[in-house]
Amino acid sequence: MFLNRKLYDIFLVRTSSTKAYKSKWKSVVGLEVHAQIQSQSKLFSAAGTRFASGVNQNVSLFDAATPGTLPVLNKRCVEAGVLTALALNCRVNAVSMFDRKHYFYSDLPAGYQITQQRSPLANDGLLEFHVYTPGVHKTPYVKKSKIKQIQLEQDSGKSLHDDDRSLVDLNRAGIPLMEIVFEPDLGDGEEAAALIKELVVILQRLNTCSCKMEEGALRVDANVSIHKPNDSLGVRTEIKNIGSVRAVAGAITYEIKRQIAVLERGGTITNETRSWNSISKVTVPMRDKEEKQDYRYMPEPNLPPLYLAIGPSNWGCLNVDNLKASIPELPNETRNRLKNDYNLTPEQAVILVNESKLLDIFNETVLRMKLNAKLMANILINDFLSLIHKEKKVLEDITIPVEFLAETVMLLQKSAINRKTAQLLLKEMLSLPKDTPSEIVRSRGWYQITNEEELRTICKTVIKENPKILNQYLNGKLIVFDAFLGKIVAKSEGKADMSQVPSILKEVLKELKK
Amino acid sequence: MNTILSSNIRIASKLLQDFSITSTDLSNACLKRANDTKKFNAFITITKSEADHQAQESSQRYQNGKQLSELDGITIAMKDNFCTANIRTTCASKMLENFIPAYNATVYEKLRQSGAVLIGKCNLDQFAMGSGTVDSLYGPTKNMWQFLNDDFYITGGSSGGCAVAVATGACFAAVGSDSGGSTRNPASYCGLVGLKPTYGLVSRLGLIPLVNSMDVPGILTRCVDDCVSVLNAVAGPDPKDSTCFARPYKKISLPSGDKLSIKGLKVGIPVEYYCNDMGDEVLHTWNEVAQLLEDNGAIVKEISLPNTEYSIVCYSILNQCEVASNMARYDGIEFGYRAHENASTEKLYASSRSVGFNEVVRNRILAGNYFLLNRNYDKYFNQALKVRRLIVNDFDKAWEEVQVLLTPTTLTTAPKYKDFIRKTNRDQTAIQDFCTQPANMSGVPAVTIPIKLSTDGMPLSLQIIGRNLSEPMILALAKFIESNVNFPQYLKITDNK
Repeated sequence: MFLNRKLYDIFLVRTSSTKAYKSKWKSVVGLEVHAQIQSQSKLFSAAGTRFASGVNQNVSLFDAATPGTLPVLNKRCVEAGVLTALALNCRVNAVSMFDRKHYFYSDLPAGYQITQQRSPLANDGLLEFHVYTPGVHKTPYVKKSKIKQIQLEQDSGKSLHDDDRSLVDLNRAGIPLMEIVFEPDLGDGEEAAALIKELVVILQRLNTCSCKMEEGALRVDANVSIHKPNDSLGVRTEIKNIGSVRAVAGAITYEIKRQIAVLERGGTITNETRSWNSISKVTVPMRDKEEKQDYRYMPEPNLPPLYLAIGPSNWGCLNVDNLKASIPELPNETRNRLKNDYNLTPEQAVILVNESKLLDIFNETVLRMKLNAKLMANILINDFLSLIHKEKKVLEDITIPVEFLAETVMLLQKSAINRKTAQLLLKEMLSLPKDTPSEIVRSRGWYQITNEEELRTICKTVIKENPKILNQYLNGKLIVFDAFLGKIVAKSEGKADMSQVPSILKEVLKELKK
Repeated sequence: MNTILSSNIRIASKLLQDFSITSTDLSNACLKRANDTKKFNAFITITKSEADHQAQESSQRYQNGKQLSELDGITIAMKDNFCTANIRTTCASKMLENFIPAYNATVYEKLRQSGAVLIGKCNLDQFAMGSGTVDSLYGPTKNMWQFLNDDFYITGGSSGGCAVAVATGACFAAVGSDSGGSTRNPASYCGLVGLKPTYGLVSRLGLIPLVNSMDVPGILTRCVDDCVSVLNAVAGPDPKDSTCFARPYKKISLPSGDKLSIKGLKVGIPVEYYCNDMGDEVLHTWNEVAQLLEDNGAIVKEISLPNTEYSIVCYSILNQCEVASNMARYDGIEFGYRAHENASTEKLYASSRSVGFNEVVRNRILAGNYFLLNRNYDKYFNQALKVRRLIVNDFDKAWEEVQVLLTPTTLTTAPKYKDFIRKTNRDQTAIQDFCTQPANMSGVPAVTIPIKLSTDGMPLSLQIIGRNLSEPMILALAKFIESNVNFPQYLKITDNK
């Protein structure tokens, strides 16, 4: 039954064209993000947090809910939560409280999770970000999403189910989380993915979350609904635990299409929890949680209210204003700096900020080595990044010798090589050569031919070798000029300085006309 | 040696210091006493090997002139809801029948660091839910004052085992817990001093919780000075308990009884503590002591704590909600009783919990979960919190007029078992905790002090309540009363027989 329905959904989606509905339906998306706080120890215990530790190695008595143990709030987690809240323009609350959220599950040893339901750490934030997916959007546009609240809470453990037994690993139990609840301000999957990308950059800059989605350090739940313009919001479904930025876009896009298809055939959307299958690229209903849970929230009696000092006071867990002063440059500021100070395009600014590794190289080479910013940005984005995508590699995995990149761009900047050669050098770089770019260029004779006489000789040779084209040109078919240029590139093995060649070629042809 | 067991910590400590006895002698005598009084069922576990080991270490320290404190070598007992490393901690329940904690409760750890010697773990109502020490997996604890063959007087509870252990001389002091009167009630019925310290003064780490927001470790001793000695050892900040005061604790030191003056002390008699169920002898005792205080220069006046009567129903809701929550961890997975059930995880929980808990516990879990349902939260839990605030306000107002309150501890002397169990656990709690419960609601300290014996030979006791952290004052007043009323100690009477 479960399987049949799934197939039916797929069938429906594949056979209906969404474009036709574009004007008829409006989709609304809201996100909830669980971000693991980067800290040495857990939220309420002294147990460690290292990701790849042995099973049940990071477990204190408290994490196992041993009777009589008590929670002690980890100050570092409060600090991370406040920093994040400030960076997301939230109102940080001077007093917040912890609640118990009850449900029975084998990887939740206490039978409740300590969270901040009724009185969270921070409220009413706003995140402004750029939506730009090359290939989907022509130019970036600015989008804003309000943040309802940010709360601190414990992660649960993990259950492993076998045929005849279940095993529990409590390493994750009690790991600190920030839950960031966004208002349903988004319109589609690409906007959601862009929001997450922006959030990742912010959290990484603040060093409050590693954002390693593959380790579950950042998990996204998406609430999706559709409605007709001027109607009230439709019934929403929730997609749980989406594990990558692209999956956020994929899952939401799929879910919107699915809901449209269901309503178009006269069906109804049920308020349910679904999961994203990243292999078959569909959302499917989750088996458990069929019954509506009553979590029986209760104030956590073992933790006093969390007091924060705001203004010139040192009373409370920590001072919010002192933390505010320590916030590093945030992505929006970086984008503005890139556009204003270096004259980069909005697209370039967005891409550099999203690819922190490229931005590091950019900063290193442009600020320190004084290389041409525009040229550097072009090379990094148009040549280097596309090369990595073409080679199906991941930017983060590549150990980039900054000096190599810098030298390559320097050679280009001095016109010692041309763009084509620069691309060859970048490709060389992926195989981690021992030689410097200059040495490679020298040993392979890749220097650009800039000498005018030399270029003139090449032009003459090419014309001589292609009498047919010459005839056409002389008979007034001027378009074949480009054909000569191509032949010249080939003849010079890509080394001819193509900024000089056209004028020289014109002169040579002019002489022949006479 | 029997005289020493009936004496107090100061005398025993002096005898240890001048080598009249050794810690091992004292420990052995107490272990023997614990064995000889088994019929009262004070102990769930007698920790002989720990006592032997700890006493030997203590003897060694005395020989080396390295006494840790006045408690070095002094015998103690712990209620069996305090975690003790490598010693089973049962909460008198099937659920934790075989639970051996891997850590020490802070209170026990501090007593160990003072050199005290653990004789055993004491009986209680299952998970401290009760006021009689009758609902225990290990059977009821019996009051030693009048021991009958066909029936017995209850000890009160839930720290009844502690009370009997101290009263019979198996130890000098016992640490119980007090959420609604569980230390003061049995102390009162057994003729002991019972202190409920200010909430937050003594760490709760390792105390298996009943009502986290009201639980405090309590102290049961035969005299006020012993109570002060133990409090001085266990009170103070604990970084592992976030509800503890962070301020350092200042040790209490009381002058001798004849040097205490209560001249000008403002003592309140809260009129609402008088109720229909109160026994005549209790009422008379209350009046007599009020008169005694006035005769000695105190200013005694009636005052009003108008919300007293709502304390019990408010407590009942908050108690059951916290119980429902606290008990959620007993699912048979990480520790505790696990049923033989493989059908599903849910079934494993269900059968582990229905076998592991008694009916009282199960009832409270059910009621608590009902109160906490989203649709009921405001109606019950939130409402109870508001009532709690009113009760706290009552006390705050009282402190504008008086310094301490004098009240009965219990409405009667200890009931007989057969009479006691005619009412349900819930109804009994409502009666038994009437005078003790409001102090837990507001967190203030309270001490019960035995005054005299009733006509049928059972102890009559009164309670002194003070404002937060007023332990020095209420204990001083308790000591003043103690030295004036000359309560006939159970051990003194039996020793003379």
